[in-house]
Amino acid sequence: MDREELEEQVLDMLEEICDDEAVREERDIDLFDAGLLDSMAAIEVLVAIEERFGVDIAPTAVERYEMNTVNKIIRQIEIRL
Amino acid sequence: MAFYSSASFFIALALAIVPAAVLGLTGRRIKPYAMAASVVMLAFLYAGSARTLGAFLLFLAVSTAGYRLTLRSWTQGGRSLVLYRACLAATVAPLVVYKVSAAAGPGVLGFIGISYLTFRSVQVLIEIRDGLITELALPDFLYFLIFFPTITSGPIDRSRRFLADANGPLDRRAYTDLLTRGILLILAGAVMQLVIATIISSFSEVAPDAGLPNVGSLALPHGVRGIVRAYLYGAYLFFDFAGCSLMAMGASYCFGIRTPRNFRAPFIAVDIKDFWNRWHITLSTWLRDFVFMRFVRAATRRRLFKDRLMTACAGYLANMALMGAWHGLTASYLAYGVYHGILLAGTEVYQKRSAFHKRHCRQRWYLVLSWFITLNLVILGFALFSGQARTIIINLMKGAIDG
Repeated sequence: MDREELEEQVLDMLEEICDDEAVREERDIDLFDAGLLDSMAAIEVLVAIEERFGVDIAPTAVERYEMNTVNKIIRQIEIRL
Repeated sequence: MAFYSSASFFIALALAIVPAAVLGLTGRRIKPYAMAASVVMLAFLYAGSARTLGAFLLFLAVSTAGYRLTLRSWTQGGRSLVLYRACLAATVAPLVVYKVSAAAGPGVLGFIGISYLTFRSVQVLIEIRDGLITELALPDFLYFLIFFPTITSGPIDRSRRFLADANGPLDRRAYTDLLTRGILLILAGAVMQLVIATIISSFSEVAPDAGLPNVGSLALPHGVRGIVRAYLYGAYLFFDFAGCSLMAMGASYCFGIRTPRNFRAPFIAVDIKDFWNRWHITLSTWLRDFVFMRFVRAATRRRLFKDRLMTACAGYLANMALMGAWHGLTASYLAYGVYHGILLAGTEVYQKRSAFHKRHCRQRWYLVLSWFITLNLVILGFALFSGQARTIIINLMKGAIDG
């Protein structure tokens, strides 16, 4: 999977979980501050990442600040692929 | 020797800090000394009773065996989930046996700090399974468990964070800063627990007390008196526990360990979720990471509930019921846990579904109202916790009937 494909898939996944197209617009905003993610949705993100990409991220493996933007989420998946 | 309340403890603590301060201020490692100091302090704590000492040593043996076996299985291949689960069950077993037996009569296998040691051991096991802990030397594991400042009542630290402090470099300047803050925290905590909480506690008495004013001398109607006492009890719990946590944090700082804080102005919380991010923070985050998130993850994977909201509600209920049970298997504690589970689930549903909430949630009047409701729900929760609620309700009803 190349970078572009990965990005596209992550955006699809986040749009589905956040139920908001706004995630596509700005890739460096804090999704929690913007009200797009909360702690429940964050767990769904972890489950979805595992199902889509086969990448297992344990709940205490990353701090919230390491996974709070679209770009950071992509990065966290990338380093584990 | 009672930690953080008896005079002998404070003398021992002061004496124990002196060598740590000398080591830290001269740029030497504190860890070997702090390990020895912890052993001595625990000897004071447990040596009074052979049974307690036996229970403590048994726990250490079981959890050490559990972490060694699991770590070996994870680092050398195998990765046996059966073994991991057996080790987890064995580590939790003493606490469960103790809580169940204590509910039925005299507790078996209990010792002061068993809860906090269990939290720490379980965290290590789960993170080994998650692949986050790949090496952990026996002395490091034991030091994390027996570090005396936080053994009796938390805060609950995490092993990777704790060991980064214990094994990491700490220069003289950083230690000087830490020591200063540590001493201030101990003093502030002592004022909160030993002075303010004590005053509140004696003021909330109703029996006449040698001329000292108290709730009983205020000549309040019965129902109102009950409510005032419920508020005082909430304030007492906060100053007592937050004071103790602050002293534990301060004592940890003196040994070069930045134990995380446990309270952050809980009574200004604007909703119940906010409250749990401010009250006994290290317990609620522990439960969030190792119970709530795991439960939600498992339920989401298996699609046990129809949507995210239902999953969250079930997660909150399970999480808080467990929290209540951990306090003790009595009707009061269980009711306290379920009560908060329902409040959290209700808050989640309300905030997700209510258009009214979404429209007004950032407005000042709404926040003030929300704060006021939250505060009263919290106080009612404490009344459940203490078993006071029944008395208050009966008195209120009596008051209503008597006019």
